[in-house]
Amino acid sequence: MNKPQPPAYTTSAISFSFWPFIGLSLKREWLLVFRNRADIANPLIFFFSILMFVPLGITPDAKVLSSIAPGLIWIIALLATLLSLDRLFVVDFENGSLDQMMVSGQSMFWIVMCKCLVHWSVTGLPLTLLSPVLGLMLSLPTTAYIALMASLLLGTFVLSMIGAVGASLLVSLKKGGVLLSLIVMPLYVPVLIFGSGAVNNAAVGLSVTGQFAILGAMVLLAMVLAPLAAAAAIIISLRNH
Amino acid sequence: MAWQWFHRLGSPKWFYEKTSLWLPYLSIASVLLFVVGAIWGLGFAPEDYKQGNSFRIIYVHVPSSIVAMAGYYIMAVAGAVGLIWKMKLSFVVMRCAAIIGIGLTFLSLFTGAVWGKPTWGTYWHWDARIMFTFVLLLLYISIMALHNAYAKNDLADKICAILALVGTVNIPIIYKSVDWWYSLHQPATIKITDESTIAASMAYPLGIMVVAFYALYSLLLILHVRAEILQRERKTSWVKNIVLSVSQKR
Amino acid sequence: MTHQLTHQLELSNITCERDDSLLFVDLSYLFSAGDTVQIRGENGAGKTTLLRIIAGLSDLYEGSITFNKLAHRSIDFFNNLLYLGHDSGVDASLTPLENLRWYTGLNAQDVSTLEMLDALNQVGLMGYEYTPCSELSAGQKRRTALARLFCSKALIWILDEPFTAIDVTGVEKLCQLFSQHTASGGVLLITSHQPIDLPHLHTLDLQDFKPLAQNSVTAYLPPGVKDE
Repeated sequence: MNKPQPPAYTTSAISFSFWPFIGLSLKREWLLVFRNRADIANPLIFFFSILMFVPLGITPDAKVLSSIAPGLIWIIALLATLLSLDRLFVVDFENGSLDQMMVSGQSMFWIVMCKCLVHWSVTGLPLTLLSPVLGLMLSLPTTAYIALMASLLLGTFVLSMIGAVGASLLVSLKKGGVLLSLIVMPLYVPVLIFGSGAVNNAAVGLSVTGQFAILGAMVLLAMVLAPLAAAAAIIISLRNH
Repeated sequence: MAWQWFHRLGSPKWFYEKTSLWLPYLSIASVLLFVVGAIWGLGFAPEDYKQGNSFRIIYVHVPSSIVAMAGYYIMAVAGAVGLIWKMKLSFVVMRCAAIIGIGLTFLSLFTGAVWGKPTWGTYWHWDARIMFTFVLLLLYISIMALHNAYAKNDLADKICAILALVGTVNIPIIYKSVDWWYSLHQPATIKITDESTIAASMAYPLGIMVVAFYALYSLLLILHVRAEILQRERKTSWVKNIVLSVSQKR
Repeated sequence: MTHQLTHQLELSNITCERDDSLLFVDLSYLFSAGDTVQIRGENGAGKTTLLRIIAGLSDLYEGSITFNKLAHRSIDFFNNLLYLGHDSGVDASLTPLENLRWYTGLNAQDVSTLEMLDALNQVGLMGYEYTPCSELSAGQKRRTALARLFCSKALIWILDEPFTAIDVTGVEKLCQLFSQHTASGGVLLITSHQPIDLPHLHTLDLQDFKPLAQNSVTAYLPPGVKDE
């Protein structure tokens, strides 16, 4: 019997279980977000303050505003998401938490997934809930409100996911800022097109099923591929920095 | 072993020595193709019945657009090979392809603008192709910017390879969505001629120019990779020997 | 007890290059159950790098590492590992108890709150359990991380400078814990600028594995063409 013995020292005490681990990660992220709420609140306030520049800089005319409202709200949502992405992984990198996550043997994929979910729940979700107010202030046609909220609900999730990939690529640089925007912006193009396209269509009474089907497909694709890419980038950064 | 050539290909020294032999042939081939394609296209191809002589810019515009697009995939594949087989040479190719890609997409946008003025009366019009090329330029620039942000080549290479792969997944989606976006917004006043109706006498020189651009691309890529290899391998003895032998000849 | 002696962590021919200079060459070492090994070396000799390599946190090496003759970085290895680096994964906006609870949860260790409070008490953080770590001193933050040791069931402890910012009584208490850990079949890898008073202390001096010439001709070549 040359077979190596199973490690009797610990196996009895350790049993990996999936849901407790997900619950633990989500709980930690929410706690961190709650304790540092200004980091999340400021982009949302930015979201609102940009709004006053539109009538000041373009025109207060309701007709013009209502025609540009769908795209404008979407662009603002996109920028607000970008602003809040900066510190997504950097804090955990700096204080060594990412090291601990690695040596725990847990899957980085699910750790990233939990971070994205929490990020979306405190940026994309509130943006979605606030969007009718923005629509009102920009004289968005009433027919477009449901499409606006639904497209933001799906679209901001994809924005968070793609943004997490960008943030993970910069994690060991400890600086994001403009470079993060530069990397993520081109990847946001399809989301913006179909998100604002859905709202535009709804505003003029056209069908929106096509746009929502594609937005839904993007959500699924992003859920699978984005955490995969982000996890790979984080692991490479940790092991080579 | 069957894999030996593959690993040998991954050796910067082997690459440097082999390409020294190929370079003259490749240079001659690309110059010949360019001269033939350009003289045929600019001098002998018939005038366009609507656009006159100004259409001849497609002999630069179309090949540069095609190779710029293909270059992204060359870059991404090089990055993937580097990640999977841990091949440093492949990462060097990726980085150099990004720089050349920026040049080509810029050339494509510039010639497109120059072509646009006499043909549609405006230098810049946001149509699907311009939008896509613009996004492609940003994708290339983001790879370069990301690489430059890292101090260590090793880490920068791997991180950029991931971004290149993410871009590869995105490019078809961006392409399709930009196409769809423009089909909704296309104003009736501007109608772009369909290039599939191009006459054979115009198409042959265009084909030659596309091949010429591919040859030029390979040439530039190899030259750039060689320079980058010398830079990165400057501490090794074989590079020192090359530098010494060059300086002794002078 | 005999089966515990089968646990072993083996480094074979580890060579590490960082920033174009070789830190150590052909380092081989066998860590067995019950060993206490202090990694020694000057500043910049690569002590932290070696610990990160062993913990599976660095790719900047060539050579092989096996745990119980099986591949390094397996789930089995990580389940048996506790790593404490310079930055120990203590989040400043969480309290010591929250930090400890996250750590034990992350490593799927079944530790009750009472046991965690006891561990915090052991490292002298009684009364600070519910204070955010941002309000604690450097030593107290370090103690928050060290509390993990008191409720850990991991086999291999890799500790990078655990005594930094810890006072004399704290060091004594930790040393006691370390001897208990190795006596019950654990492995301890440690770096320290202070002299360590532990029974059966082995040392691994990086000076012994220093390269002769600081040149790396073959570093960029892939495997298989090094002889060219």
